[in-house]
Amino acid sequence: MPEALDALDRALINALHGGFPLSDEPFREVGARLGLTEADCLERLRRLLGAGVLSRFGPLFQVERLGGVFVLAAMQVAEADFDATAAVVNGLPAVAHNYRREHAFNMWFVLATETPAEIDAAVAAIERIAGTPVYVFPKEREYFIGMRLEA
Amino acid sequence: MDEDDRRLILATQGGLPLVARPYHALGATLGMDAAEVQRRLARMLDAGAIRRIGAVPNHYAIGYTANGMSVWDVDDACVDALGERIGALAFVSHCYRRPRRLPAWPYNLFAMLHGKSRAAVEEQRQQIVVLLGAACRSHDILYSSRILKKTGLRLAPGA
Repeated sequence: MPEALDALDRALINALHGGFPLSDEPFREVGARLGLTEADCLERLRRLLGAGVLSRFGPLFQVERLGGVFVLAAMQVAEADFDATAAVVNGLPAVAHNYRREHAFNMWFVLATETPAEIDAAVAAIERIAGTPVYVFPKEREYFIGMRLEA
Repeated sequence: MDEDDRRLILATQGGLPLVARPYHALGATLGMDAAEVQRRLARMLDAGAIRRIGAVPNHYAIGYTANGMSVWDVDDACVDALGERIGALAFVSHCYRRPRRLPAWPYNLFAMLHGKSRAAVEEQRQQIVVLLGAACRSHDILYSSRILKKTGLRLAPGA
């Protein structure tokens, strides 16, 4: 299932971790560093996004600085209901990420909204539909956030 | 952040246009010139409203098939000092203090671990066990077995 990545794909992914140029022809600039043409750079990026190797490409916003709210939440979902519950949870625009994890708390999702009231509304909606409590884990302190994994 | 910043966020939260001149393309959509788009993005980067402009890899797809949320019940008196040290480990991508939810959830320190195998993540776990020492009462690792959704922030248009 994982897309086969060649050395240039990996180099491109690593080069795009951050610091994408705010210049008129940024793909030409990034490509030049890697020995790729602008067209090849764009084509590889399209393929990597299309195949899901990259989930996003663009500005990564710090929700809190925009006045938004970001909250981690978890539920214990019965195995038989798992897929149906996941479909409902994923369907809410407030849900930014959702992961299945191996634990009694088997569904972990991140709610990202513009106001605390929308978080509360999303939690209430999910509890109503899933019929099980949502535990919220708001961030009290951030020690580190970043991406240091080499492709 | 003014109305034009907001329009720019709405136009880019799904990603940058994959064209040779992405800032020109955005400007054409938003009725501003490319230099204005670049200036606004640079300002949001400086202000921390944008963490970075770049690509978000799917960990699994780039070879990190073992991804675990490690969770630790750490003495409140030293959790902040220890959290900083764990956040500084290269294999940790996110590290936070969060509230306990007793009795179901005793853990207050969360650190995301990533490895190319579970064995690699288990070695990372051991490093953290040693680092936390007696300050940690119990811990667990919740491996992710499936990404169900991953989109990022979505501002509602026109709100």
